[in-house]
Amino acid sequence: MANVKQMQDIATQVRRDIIRMVNGCQSGHPGGSLGCADFMTALYFDAMEFDIDNFTRSGAGEDMFFLSNGHISPVWYSVLSRRGYFPVSELGTFRRLGTRLQGHPSIHDSLPGVRQASGSLGQGLSVAIGAALAKKMNKDEKLVYTLHGDGELQEGQIWEAVMFAGANHVDNLISTIDVNNLQIDGSTNEVCSLGDLRAKFEAFMWEVVEMEGNDMNAVVEGLKLAKQKTKQGKPVVILMHTQMGYGVDFMQNKNKWHGTPPDDEQASQALSQLKETLGDY
Amino acid sequence: MKEYKVTGNKDTRSGFGAGLVEAGRRNKDVVALCADLTGSVKMDLFAQEFPERMIQCGIAEADMIGIAAGLALSGKVAFAGSFAAFATGRVYDQIRQAVAYSDTNVKIAGSHAGITLGEDGATHQILEDLGLMKMLPNMVVLNPCDYNQTKAATIAAAEYKGPVYIRFGRPKVPVFIPEDMPFEIGKAVVLNEGSDVSLMATGHLVWEALQAAEMLEKEGISAEVLDIHTIKPLDGEAILRSAKKTGCVISCEEHQYNGGLGESIAQLLVRNAPMPMEFIGIDDKFGESGKPDELMVKYGLKAVNIAEAAKKAISRK
Repeated sequence: MANVKQMQDIATQVRRDIIRMVNGCQSGHPGGSLGCADFMTALYFDAMEFDIDNFTRSGAGEDMFFLSNGHISPVWYSVLSRRGYFPVSELGTFRRLGTRLQGHPSIHDSLPGVRQASGSLGQGLSVAIGAALAKKMNKDEKLVYTLHGDGELQEGQIWEAVMFAGANHVDNLISTIDVNNLQIDGSTNEVCSLGDLRAKFEAFMWEVVEMEGNDMNAVVEGLKLAKQKTKQGKPVVILMHTQMGYGVDFMQNKNKWHGTPPDDEQASQALSQLKETLGDY
Repeated sequence: MKEYKVTGNKDTRSGFGAGLVEAGRRNKDVVALCADLTGSVKMDLFAQEFPERMIQCGIAEADMIGIAAGLALSGKVAFAGSFAAFATGRVYDQIRQAVAYSDTNVKIAGSHAGITLGEDGATHQILEDLGLMKMLPNMVVLNPCDYNQTKAATIAAAEYKGPVYIRFGRPKVPVFIPEDMPFEIGKAVVLNEGSDVSLMATGHLVWEALQAAEMLEKEGISAEVLDIHTIKPLDGEAILRSAKKTGCVISCEEHQYNGGLGESIAQLLVRNAPMPMEFIGIDDKFGESGKPDELMVKYGLKAVNIAEAAKKAISRK
């Protein structure tokens, strides 16, 4: 387990990786990736329990994570490699022909850490519920985690899954919503307002935790609190307040950077704001 | 003409139900999911015997497919069942990403398939499901013909590791496949040997093809009948062997021409042995309400239609 200072350094390096990956192939989604760098770091370096040397798709006896908003694959790939799932040098292959680091996560060619394809939005919660039910059937005490974009909550399947999990007391599940209030076409309010998310999840019989997502202390504490609330009859949702593009001033809070790669000049400007803490890949 | 002993009339969905229970007895990891149609899809026997392994998803098919995928990647053999219309077309993207592309051990069980669903009409009578499912890489597609074969196919699907679509129906139809006939995924069954024409049928139309062969025999025409219970992987070897022997082929299915068994056979023949071929199926139309047999007659899916098509194909040799 890393301490908060170490994890802050890791998250900064992860942000560098994201910029370099997306710039390198001139394709991908930097905005949400940057915003979730603190959360993903805390998840893999503090909150979750897993056996890094013996990755299995079934995840028996381990905490499991499903990235439902698969387009923020750069942050996931960076964190997985920095945690030791595969060599960091492989980050340079992102989105290139023959890579295991597909634009959106894939199980083909068995990239350690990835258990299910995602990219078509709204599906990850259902899959995670299946994994959580299997854990209950198998008397496996470990937890299942998911991450979703807030725009993704506009998908109908999400609410089928939210209803199911509440009604069936899937209480070994912690779902985090990246509430950055932005999506590709604009703000979530402009595109299709999400309304009162806390009230919505509570109405569906979920336990709700709110936390700041770009403050490592808050993320660590928020994840701890969420964990404490599991196994009490309700699924747990973390409404995580972040800024899209966090860490790079000209990307911050701008939906333009949802799916636009920085050019070389922008990338070098971004990297000048992110200290190389662990060494670039 | 080989004689087939009919042991009664039963619905193929009940064959699925019986097969699912048997698969559940053989493997404790078999689980079943349903979206408020447990009785209709005949998962009720499984639910009674293994209540802790039966997951009621409510009327939420997309969620059901995702949950099935999550269970499957965790080591379960997950059967997700509904009417075929809602188990395939409604959730195509979920099946594509969470089942086929992710190669999860999910078995999509589509009941009430085809026009013989009857009175509910076109919204429920899916005639496109074989095509939708066969287009997906990694997906095995099964369309057994009677109660006994559907039971055996269900057990085989449970034992096979990987995504499977199994299609079955609502009406009671003759049971003529011997109970002890082994079911091998990807292997067509020659039900009758003949020399003038090959009737290659799947699902409910296998029985009609056998009836057509009897009719043709009375007119001095020798028809070979193949039961193609596996649409994918297609048994190219058996199909080509029969086609080369008889010199013409009739495909018979309760499905659109587009995307169906006939299309797969035609592709195989064009590449390997072009020859006269006729198609029995639905010609780019939606169905309608009516009794199953009335619809079979109106849409030209009966033995008499197959026999006519056979004569036409023979005349084109």
